[in-house]
Amino acid sequence: MTGILPWVILFVPLLAALSITLLTLRHRALSAGLSIGAICVSFVGSLLIWISFDGGSVQYSTPWLSVGGLHVDLGLLLDSLSVTMLLVVTGVGALIHIYSYGYMAEDPGMPRYFAGLSFFTFSMLGVVLSNNFVQLFIFWELVGVSSYLLIGFWYDRPTAADAGKKAFLTNRLGDFGFLLGIILVWTTIGSLNFGEIEATMRANPEIFGSLASIAGLLVFCGALGKSAQFPLHVWLPDAMEGPTPVSALIHAATMVAAGIYMLSRVFFLFNETALLVIAWIGGVTALLAAVIAIQQDDIKRILAYSTLSQLGYMVMAVGVMDPTAGMYHLTTHASFKALLFLGAGAVIHAMHHEQNIWKMGGLRRAMPVTYWMFLIATLAICGVPPFSGFFSKESILAAALEHNAILFGVGAGVAALTAFYMFRLVYAVFIGPPKSNAAEYAHEVPGVMKWPQVLLGVPSLLAGFWGIEHFIGQSFASASAHHAAAWHWQILSPFSHAPLAAFFGLGLIGFGIAAAYAFYGNAVRDPLPDEMGRLSTAIRERLYLDEAYTAMIRYSHEVLALIADWIDRWVISGMLVRGSQWGTDLAGRLLRMAQTGNVQTYALFLVVAVVVVLWFVLKR
Amino acid sequence: MIGLEDYLTVSAILFSIGVVGVVMRRNLFIILMSLELILNAANLAMVAFSRFSNNIDGQMMVFFIITVAAAEVAVGLALLVALYRRRQTAYTEDLTNMKL
Repeated sequence: MTGILPWVILFVPLLAALSITLLTLRHRALSAGLSIGAICVSFVGSLLIWISFDGGSVQYSTPWLSVGGLHVDLGLLLDSLSVTMLLVVTGVGALIHIYSYGYMAEDPGMPRYFAGLSFFTFSMLGVVLSNNFVQLFIFWELVGVSSYLLIGFWYDRPTAADAGKKAFLTNRLGDFGFLLGIILVWTTIGSLNFGEIEATMRANPEIFGSLASIAGLLVFCGALGKSAQFPLHVWLPDAMEGPTPVSALIHAATMVAAGIYMLSRVFFLFNETALLVIAWIGGVTALLAAVIAIQQDDIKRILAYSTLSQLGYMVMAVGVMDPTAGMYHLTTHASFKALLFLGAGAVIHAMHHEQNIWKMGGLRRAMPVTYWMFLIATLAICGVPPFSGFFSKESILAAALEHNAILFGVGAGVAALTAFYMFRLVYAVFIGPPKSNAAEYAHEVPGVMKWPQVLLGVPSLLAGFWGIEHFIGQSFASASAHHAAAWHWQILSPFSHAPLAAFFGLGLIGFGIAAAYAFYGNAVRDPLPDEMGRLSTAIRERLYLDEAYTAMIRYSHEVLALIADWIDRWVISGMLVRGSQWGTDLAGRLLRMAQTGNVQTYALFLVVAVVVVLWFVLKR
Repeated sequence: MIGLEDYLTVSAILFSIGVVGVVMRRNLFIILMSLELILNAANLAMVAFSRFSNNIDGQMMVFFIITVAAAEVAVGLALLVALYRRRQTAYTEDLTNMKL
């Protein structure tokens, strides 16, 4: 029974996706029901697994292909990491599926949307449950495909289609490095199974020799793309062109977290150098994204940049050798960021698809449930105790303080920025004066969109007390430092565990919120552009990174095109094509002179030829 | 004593005269005659070899060659006469129609 349950969890969403695509594309409610039913089955299955889970690590696998020395299994791995991710993906996923039924109610493409959502769930569960690199990579790419399909869901909008392409191509760039990393691991260790690789690495830590850092960084490339870390972060803000529930599920809660999950899964691969690079990339991403988020006006883009920033935190946590903290933040972030996106979706829905926060305002009275849930999620993401984000963020900051004081500074600064831009959003959208007619006449969203928010509010508020950190820590030998304690001790544990990190972080968060109130408490429009001038413009334009990439691609293409043109013009067309034509022509002209039509000329040639042949034969 | 070399020298001289005739003379009839000269130079060489190696095969072969040459001359002369009647010339430089 328990052996078959993980397979059921994995394949039910695929079944739903297939049957919707093949059979029920014309039946809206039936398609939605199939998809929602499938993920609920998966969620219940995950709960059952969680209940009977004993903290060990179980694998179910069956040989799939075997070519020469390459043996790939189709296998599922259950340990505390994958069980946590199962619960996050199916739990958050189920709520977002239900919410989608309300959000997409008027969209003619709803069945296609649900098919995509179910297909994504299948791929994501595949990533979570994989027990070897090849299977992980396959599902990894499938996740990319479903992300592409859902970003470009409104394919008649050129911006959405472009965003889908951009996301896919940027991800492919990272995945190329990932694949190289997998090949390097396979050629060095000769196995693709995570357990076997870890055992080999433990028995012989120096097996990679001088390639150790490179192997780690190549594998990290995969996370660089999927988790949208600098410099491959540019696709995530554009991915907000997709429907808002998709942004909530894929581009905030689950898919972008796959990179962090993968890093934690293969944490044993990374050596000191690789971890240092990873930590710095995470820190830079967190800071960069937080700075850009300050001056964005689109509600979903603000959230997208805050996702980037939080993902940077998680990557930094892995980099400072505390993957438990990273996974912990992943879990809490999944719930409160999904909640933020659902709230944003509700606001956008109520505002008739207006996304500019400076045309909203005063929605607190019109949409009380959404407001309170959004506020809970905001406090959670800012890291205010006792909300869930506080615990996970503090454990990351504590780990950073232990290993790298500069990164701790970056992390604490980002925490202040996070508080600032999130409360800027809250003041502009919910508390400040209404700034358009639509904002004055907005209404609360229907129940199908309201209740998922409330249900997500629970973990956003309380997940800090559930001992998630201890549960995840079972997967890491070094996690003995994290004890499960009673809840009232847990709220104090960050202060006793790492008091400096906790108080410093809290002070900065308070400062951020106060600053947001000072600037935006009653603002009708953004005062910062006037005060900061060109700096504000630069931030607003996302520090010109997209432009820089465009220019880089354009010029590198230009150079490539020039070289290709030269080769085509002179080597292929000039030397090969025209050269052979010219050579044949010349030979023809020369040989033609021999054909005089006079028999005697031919006789002369014959005689000369015979003489030559005889001379050669008789020379010896 | 006349040895093999003398016969072969005569044969070589005949052959050379024939080749020069074929290449240099412009009249087709004379070219045909030069061809016969080449043929008979070969015959002479063959008979000489046959005689000096006490092997009768060479002389047998020469008889065949003479017969075939007679037939060839009959056909060749007939062609040349036909060509002359048609074109009123037997000079090679006037007969270059095969040139492209």
